[in-house]
Amino acid sequence: MSYYQNIFTQIQPTGPVSHGVPLGKGNSPRTGEPLVVHLLGRIGNAQIGPIYLGGLGLASLMCGLLAFWIIGFNMLASVGWDPIQFVRQLFWLALEPPPPSYGLSLPPLNDGGWWMMAGFFLTVSLLLWWARMYTRARALGMGTHVAWAFAAAIWLYLVLGFIRPLLMGSWGEAVPFGIFPHLDWTAAFSLRYGNLFYNPFHALSIAFLYGSALLFAMHGATILAVTRFGGEREIEQIVDRGTASERAALFWRWTMGFNATMESIHRWAWWFAVLCPLTGGIGILLTGTVVDNWYLWAVKHGVAPMYPAVFPAVVDPATLIQGVK
Amino acid sequence: MMKASSGFFRSISIAMAALAASTLLTGCERPPIDTVQHGFRGTGMVQVYNPRILVPETYKNVVPDALPAVPSDGPRAKDVYKNVQVLGDVSTAEFTRLMVAISQWVAPKEQCAYCHAPGEDFSSDSMYTKVVARRMIQMTQAINSRWTAHVSQTGVTCYTCHRGNANPEEVWFRSPQHPQATRALGNDAGQNKASPNVGLSSLPYDALRDYLSSNPKEIRANGATALPTGNRASIKQAEFTYSLMMHMSDGLGVNCTYCHNTQNFAKWEGAPPQRVTAWHGIRMARDINATYIEPLTSAFPTARLGPVGDVAKVNCATCHQGAYKPLYGVSMLRDYPQLGRVTGATGATGQAAAAKPGMLGRVLFDTGRSDLSAAAKAEIDKAVKAAMADASVKIALSGFTDRTGNPQANLDLARNRAVAVRDALTAAGVPAARIDMRKPEFVVGGADANSRRVDLVAAR
Repeated sequence: MSYYQNIFTQIQPTGPVSHGVPLGKGNSPRTGEPLVVHLLGRIGNAQIGPIYLGGLGLASLMCGLLAFWIIGFNMLASVGWDPIQFVRQLFWLALEPPPPSYGLSLPPLNDGGWWMMAGFFLTVSLLLWWARMYTRARALGMGTHVAWAFAAAIWLYLVLGFIRPLLMGSWGEAVPFGIFPHLDWTAAFSLRYGNLFYNPFHALSIAFLYGSALLFAMHGATILAVTRFGGEREIEQIVDRGTASERAALFWRWTMGFNATMESIHRWAWWFAVLCPLTGGIGILLTGTVVDNWYLWAVKHGVAPMYPAVFPAVVDPATLIQGVK
Repeated sequence: MMKASSGFFRSISIAMAALAASTLLTGCERPPIDTVQHGFRGTGMVQVYNPRILVPETYKNVVPDALPAVPSDGPRAKDVYKNVQVLGDVSTAEFTRLMVAISQWVAPKEQCAYCHAPGEDFSSDSMYTKVVARRMIQMTQAINSRWTAHVSQTGVTCYTCHRGNANPEEVWFRSPQHPQATRALGNDAGQNKASPNVGLSSLPYDALRDYLSSNPKEIRANGATALPTGNRASIKQAEFTYSLMMHMSDGLGVNCTYCHNTQNFAKWEGAPPQRVTAWHGIRMARDINATYIEPLTSAFPTARLGPVGDVAKVNCATCHQGAYKPLYGVSMLRDYPQLGRVTGATGATGQAAAAKPGMLGRVLFDTGRSDLSAAAKAEIDKAVKAAMADASVKIALSGFTDRTGNPQANLDLARNRAVAVRDALTAAGVPAARIDMRKPEFVVGGADANSRRVDLVAAR
């Protein structure tokens, strides 16, 4: 009975593959004959498919692929259509937003126009995918928790690439599409606005991000640890606590004095995950529009600590010497 | 059966984890990594070193032995040789010694023939290398005398940049426009390639053009107020600034906290004093590119120019070559003082503290002192006589300091110097109503003796 003490799922119940519940009017048929893959069963469910594509899914995939191709072909062109250089430099390549000089006007295609087009199709793709998640959950008679959690992520995406640039009056404020370039953009964003470390919403977002990871680890570990007592039946145990629930609860009360319940731990996790992009998006939205220098803001409100002087005092030479800046 | 297969999958998973880990780590520096704290504890003010990389660097920064010293008296170079425009006032022995040193520093293989065409007289300017070398000597003299705010008394010589190469290894050219920029797609917007100009990051790779050349752009992107009050710098501008900083970090082998505090990069308070030196260094690189290097473009053959026809220019790495101080701070200038002062008619460039019209006198002080020497008293007496001759003239006093020491203390020191001169004037009989104490707009000057002064100017 030590099968749960393993990093992989050990039990793979096999039987006739399931096509899922019958769907009502207005739903398209599911695509593909399901198959069973043993290796995938070790990290998830062994059954692959069937896939529900539907009108929303198809439209979302098409828009998403279009954005992917626009970005990819611009990257490929930027290395002179050389596939080897494309692979070699991939992490450095990007599709850049228009230069700030264009403001909110439509730039030429090769000066940010492709970026706007890719951004448009990616946004449409994400919104369609969101609608698909919502309708699929409804079709199965489920709640729409997943769709709303996804909406929180879309909020952060829209703030970065659409809402904030709109408020700042320049598409050039938006994020490039690229691996290292978007990371450099992030660092430059923090540098431009006086250190995002002092942005309280950024701090909240990080707390929820790390908190999510912590909660996930605590919950996953707890359930695995009480599996021998039937702890995996956690949803039943919301209303009908068995010895697994009681032991898990007692363990946390012993170690930290308080425990979540089988129900509330899932609400904790959902809210932490959702609040991470929600608060992050607020922090980004305030930056540049309402606050220009987060460090000075923190000084103004007594948040930034003052450290003892270690170096001899220096003053800005630009204030002492004439003619040079 | 389950047991047998689980062992197999376990070893597969370990192998895959090892592969993933090694793939992730290939971009990283192999240990050991040393960190050295140099600011207040807990603030992340540390310098990161890798001794494995640093040790070979030390061999690259060994200073060559100085040539044996020679007498500075005897006939002057201009009286013995023809067409000596810059070093004419130097003794012939020193002149020859310097020429030998330069040939070893710059052209150890070709020696004299690198600048002097074989079969021609030494005075001939037929080779472009000689024209460039003459201007570079003037540049070196100007750096050592006018940019002490950056090079201090350590100074630079030809070797600082050349290190035995005719062309210094670390130079920069402007980047040509991206070939796809004028086509339908694939414009890289001047960034997003692993360029050595920006420490292999994806930041704008041609940023030095904006900052280390003539008509430089504003480096600072941060606003001076918490809330928006008109600072329109974009994130793209911050990326260009970031590029310059990456170049400096890479060129000096230091990380951001060598110059900046970790709370806010724009904040001077709490920043290491190296930032002031670096600030002057940026202005120095601009000045020598704009004044000495770029005007030489037409002197160079086309093959020596960059992809857009521009001359090889200097940046921080040209002298520093990966070291926080070039040659780890060893002064070669000490052995070649001819490179430390501006000599020759064409080499004279304006002093930072030039005498102004209406000047009655200039009183000089020792470093950190505000008491009057005998020479200072003589200068004051001279000014008193000049002022007494015309009853309508007032004497305006302005005190100055050099840039060493605490800036706040320097402001006090400048005032104390002015007060000392005022007291001396009063004691000499000048009525208080005829003395005007004027705080100058810029109190702190360079590091030279002329900066430690009080100027007496006639005013009405």
